[in-house]
Amino acid sequence: MRILIFAALCAATFQADAQERPIAFVGATLVPIEGEVIENGTLLVQSGRIVAIGAAVDIPANAERRPVEGRLILPGLVDTHSHIGQVAGADMSGPIQPDVRALDAINVRHAGMLKARAGGITTVNIMPGSGHLLSGQTVYMKLREGNSIEDLAIRLDDGSLAGGIKMANGTNPLRPTPFPGTRGKSAALMRAHLVSAQEYCAKVADRKLAADKRPARNLGLEAMCEALDGRRIVHHHTHRHDDVVTVLRLAREFDLRVVLHHVSEAGYVAREIADAGAMASIIHVDSPGGKLEAMHLLPDNGARLAQAGVLFAYHTDDPVTDSRLFLRSAAMGVRYGLDRDTALASLTLNGARMLDLEQRVGSLRPGKDADFVILDGDPLSVYTRVLETWIEGRQVFDLANPAHALFATGGYGAGRDSVATEVIQLEAVQ
Amino acid sequence: MSRLVLMLSCLLLAPWAAAADLAVFAERLHTQAGAPLDKGVVLIRGGKIAAVGRQGEVALPAGIRTLQAAVVTPGLIDARTVVGLSGYMNQPHDQDQLEASAPMQPQLRAVDAYNARERLVGWLRELGVTTLHTGHGPGALISGQTMVVKTWGNNVEEVMVKPAAMVAAHLGPGAFGAENRSPGTRAAQIALFRQQLIKAGEYRDKQSNRKADARPARDLELETLVEVLEGRLPLLITAHREQDLRSALRLREEFAIRIVLDGAAEAYLMTDAIAAAGVPVLLHPPMARQFGELENASFTTAKVLHEAGIPFALQSGFEGYVPKTRVILWEAAIAAAYGLPFEQALGSITSQAAAILGIAGRVGTIEVGKDGDLALFDGDPFEYTSQVTEVVIEGEPTGAGS
Repeated sequence: MRILIFAALCAATFQADAQERPIAFVGATLVPIEGEVIENGTLLVQSGRIVAIGAAVDIPANAERRPVEGRLILPGLVDTHSHIGQVAGADMSGPIQPDVRALDAINVRHAGMLKARAGGITTVNIMPGSGHLLSGQTVYMKLREGNSIEDLAIRLDDGSLAGGIKMANGTNPLRPTPFPGTRGKSAALMRAHLVSAQEYCAKVADRKLAADKRPARNLGLEAMCEALDGRRIVHHHTHRHDDVVTVLRLAREFDLRVVLHHVSEAGYVAREIADAGAMASIIHVDSPGGKLEAMHLLPDNGARLAQAGVLFAYHTDDPVTDSRLFLRSAAMGVRYGLDRDTALASLTLNGARMLDLEQRVGSLRPGKDADFVILDGDPLSVYTRVLETWIEGRQVFDLANPAHALFATGGYGAGRDSVATEVIQLEAVQ
Repeated sequence: MSRLVLMLSCLLLAPWAAAADLAVFAERLHTQAGAPLDKGVVLIRGGKIAAVGRQGEVALPAGIRTLQAAVVTPGLIDARTVVGLSGYMNQPHDQDQLEASAPMQPQLRAVDAYNARERLVGWLRELGVTTLHTGHGPGALISGQTMVVKTWGNNVEEVMVKPAAMVAAHLGPGAFGAENRSPGTRAAQIALFRQQLIKAGEYRDKQSNRKADARPARDLELETLVEVLEGRLPLLITAHREQDLRSALRLREEFAIRIVLDGAAEAYLMTDAIAAAGVPVLLHPPMARQFGELENASFTTAKVLHEAGIPFALQSGFEGYVPKTRVILWEAAIAAAYGLPFEQALGSITSQAAAILGIAGRVGTIEVGKDGDLALFDGDPFEYTSQVTEVVIEGEPTGAGS
């Protein structure tokens, strides 16, 4: 009941705050991702949602008309794996920490947020790192303007904040005790944790169990119950083909919904990934190596996964690649054999599916959130710039605004967060 | 008999030594020596460019091997990298770009550490790079020497263009000593640096003493710095912050040495001073991560340097993690996308790089007498979706793009 009231309050707040006057973007090439490209089309948005899209849209008399001839409009980009916002998760006390939430660590004024908007990113999965078998709960957010993580986080219908679980295997979590020292131990520790979570979740769900027999509330295992029942998607860092197959084995044993992340050797096991029904969130980096697991990085992973029928998306892993150049990832996929349509879907709708957000974001469809990017040309051309980024009917980036342009290109002060946190810290000391 | 010996010895030499003649046709030929030519052709004989002109206007030997491409450019030159010393596995055994045992070790030669078979050398070659200025990296006040090599060959002797190119130095926190060892501040760095150059000058003066027994014993470290003082080896100074760049200019002025600025993320704050000093810049890769010393870096610095008339080239630089190297073709593309005109962007990885590295007599442009080094593309070289279809080094197709 409390949740319901809370949800209603949130909805009311959202409605009051949302953009009421319709805005019509007229004359652009619209790339809806779902459906055919529309030349010289109109995109009509109101109250934070897409109202209509097409070649012939009735524009209400009270609408603000924004001419965008010669421009191209894409859905807002969805980054399925990013570390912007100074995110941190688990500490070094142990290898498995599902109780830790990324949302408790995020600085919404971090320069990375402004740069991501400049790159056309509107929805992002912010993750803790990969130095643990399980480094915590991830948070899905919109890069809205806001003063707190609550303003930016995406809420589910029950009012809770949306997110997944971050896991990792391979070499990154291999560390001195209590961390695992081998791959076998990594898998054993993870399986043991999942087994204890199953037992906990079963007891919690057992209505016949007397109150005094119920287990004490355990924040970590509570989150694991959400992973085991599929509400929380497991975002699993993995590189080598054998590590990928280990993840698929784990997912099968515990019936987890898994998105594989990075997947440097995905192309070698594309069929296995497809057969398991797993999704893959991959990264483009400009050369192989840098770490042993990326020695055999396949630059054509995108093409190979597409051919095998795997649902895949690109991610930035910011700061590994720059959020402002996210479009480049898909273009490089095309360089290495991927078709253009899949490339664009892999920046938008495919990522939305990996976050269970495909009903709200990822394509330009009436009813969906009015999240979109205005470009000055072909999304896959190096010469194309992001001109504007809109989230829920509000402009959050405008290249014509010098304060925004600084974060789009860099320059003196672009590394600084939008509020100088050192000043705040100084005041706190006094 | 003598002809047989000659033929055999040719076969035994590196693949390009026996290169047959080659004609390369281009829909658009960017020579970097004048305006681009439409429907151009390059004739390469004996590994050197023998003729350049429009198709039909250049006489070609009958039966000559031919290649064709939409766009042909000079082979690309990476103006500053550690590839070949810093391997792609990123394990201690393949990282020879930095010796951290002392803050100043100019005597370390790149030739003694280069692995011509390193996978990243091949990776860069397949993306159009034919020449590398590689060697000791950033991370120490003076880390060692650099050299210039080609990217196609079996060992460092075969690929050598210039065994000693520059002496690499680094100012700023990136070159502070580990674990509280000196230098731990910027001021300490400059004090150490000046003292060592003064010592090298004194060593040089004593070496010229007429009495042999008054001359000091040979000192490889000071010998190298004498080369710097004499202007025979430029000092390549990595510096990103404006105050570190100014310190580099101050050192140049005090010791009347040749310097080249490396990295130079905040160069846009002081273009007048750099231009007045006449110092060239090997600019950081535009996609270098913009935090730490590079937090104020900009995609537009290449354009700003161009507009200020400062000679500059682009580089892949040093990467400590993933990606283990950047690719200058893609870095120049970003510079071009952020305001650097096309020919200047191409020049920053060909002719301008060659000029700054002192190798313009051999590479960097498509002109008669230069090495037959070419990169072939199926479209605009800077577009993400264009392919490198072949790379020719000294007249020999290397098999890139196949």
